[in-house]
Amino acid sequence: MKILELNHVQKSFNNDTLHVLKDISMSVSEGEVVSIIGPSGSGKSTLLRCATLLTEMDSGELIYSGEYAAKIGPNGKSVYSDKAELKKIRSIFGLVFQNFNLFPHYSVLKNLTDPQISVLGRGKEQAHEKAMELLRKMNLGEKADAYPCQLSGGQQQRVAIARALAMDPQILFFDEPTSALDPELTGEVLKVIKKLAEEHMTMVIVTHEMAFARAVSDRVIFMDGGVIVEQGDPEDVFGAPKTERTKQFLKNYGQS
Amino acid sequence: MKLTTMINLMLEGMGGTCAIFFLTLLFSLPLGMIVALLRMSKNKVVSNVTRAIISVLRGTPLMLQLIAVTYGPYYLFQFSVSKNKLIPVVIAFAINYAAYFAEIYRSGIESIPVGQYEASEILGYSKAQTFFRIILPQVIKRIMPSMTNEVVTLVKDTSLAFTVSYVEMFTIGKNLANSQTSFVPFIVAGVFYFLFNAIVDFVMGKVEKSMNYYQ
Repeated sequence: MKILELNHVQKSFNNDTLHVLKDISMSVSEGEVVSIIGPSGSGKSTLLRCATLLTEMDSGELIYSGEYAAKIGPNGKSVYSDKAELKKIRSIFGLVFQNFNLFPHYSVLKNLTDPQISVLGRGKEQAHEKAMELLRKMNLGEKADAYPCQLSGGQQQRVAIARALAMDPQILFFDEPTSALDPELTGEVLKVIKKLAEEHMTMVIVTHEMAFARAVSDRVIFMDGGVIVEQGDPEDVFGAPKTERTKQFLKNYGQS
Repeated sequence: MKLTTMINLMLEGMGGTCAIFFLTLLFSLPLGMIVALLRMSKNKVVSNVTRAIISVLRGTPLMLQLIAVTYGPYYLFQFSVSKNKLIPVVIAFAINYAAYFAEIYRSGIESIPVGQYEASEILGYSKAQTFFRIILPQVIKRIMPSMTNEVVTLVKDTSLAFTVSYVEMFTIGKNLANSQTSFVPFIVAGVFYFLFNAIVDFVMGKVEKSMNYYQ
């Protein structure tokens, strides 16, 4: 079953002078791990922001589990669904940011429980149990009472992943989850994401970690200049890239 | 006149001083938030009009505003706001301080990283929940030093009420100084304001400290 479908997505900035996404279509099936790679400015992050409703598309369709978040209107522009529908759709996905964006005034535990209680209406105990279970899974059980500022970047990012998971998303997006981390701390975050991949969590990961993308993904999408240049099985894309542009990009990253 | 008599008379005036102080805070703290939100409105007309009003309130002396609110209505329409001078005094103070608080709130709100809003949105918080649960607590922490400054200034500004003959501590002190041809009441007034602000400093310091558990 398809969880996410993006059809003919277009997005420009600065009064249409900067065309960032040029007719992008992609879909993600249940249990699939998709990595999006590409140079800076290729539109990867914008695509992710459009998919997570942080940025409005100019035109294109956005569909979650068969429910329309945005349709193409009669004038070719995207028409978004009403507030109530979008609220429902937001509960389908989660997003892990590059800069974590934890709530600094809440303890680690409250970062995980407050959204469950305030948004999902879960009981205190149930939220607490769920939070502790996830923190232990992230090897952060003993950090429940700490505040985000007392944690390393890698720990903060793992808390952010736990916070996203606490909302029981059907699909989880990662926006360059290790780009703000020291190389030393990158590994602990990638390990957690890998573990989720092994549990068949549906994920879309925008990343510059090529070896990681190759190892965990079911499918790799290479974007450049606002279009999908190539996509497919990671072994094919990394091992035998079809286009010159992909080859060149991977060569710069020392991956082929 | 004995010093203790003077002190006692002026202490009675502290009731009026405290009334201005607490009532001004009571009204201006929430009013300032409304003004700040209007100032940040996406509607250009609303934000520009608000900005102009703030600019007038901050650009003219509080003493003038006090006189305008207390006597203005009488000169213009032959009607007084109220026999009780406390009402126009508090109106003038509350409006004036709301303008200052609004700018402090705005600077605080605008200093919160956009990522906090985005994380709240992704998690599904409503706009109101985002503001009250996520943004406002962080804003309060950030603006505490500036707020302490304003509150300390307010304590001293209460003395301006003497210009419209509202009976508070400084008004009594000034009258005593005239009738007794003595400088002592001014010294007493100075000590009173200093002690009042020592308490303000202590309380605000405690509040600030209570929020030091993060960052």
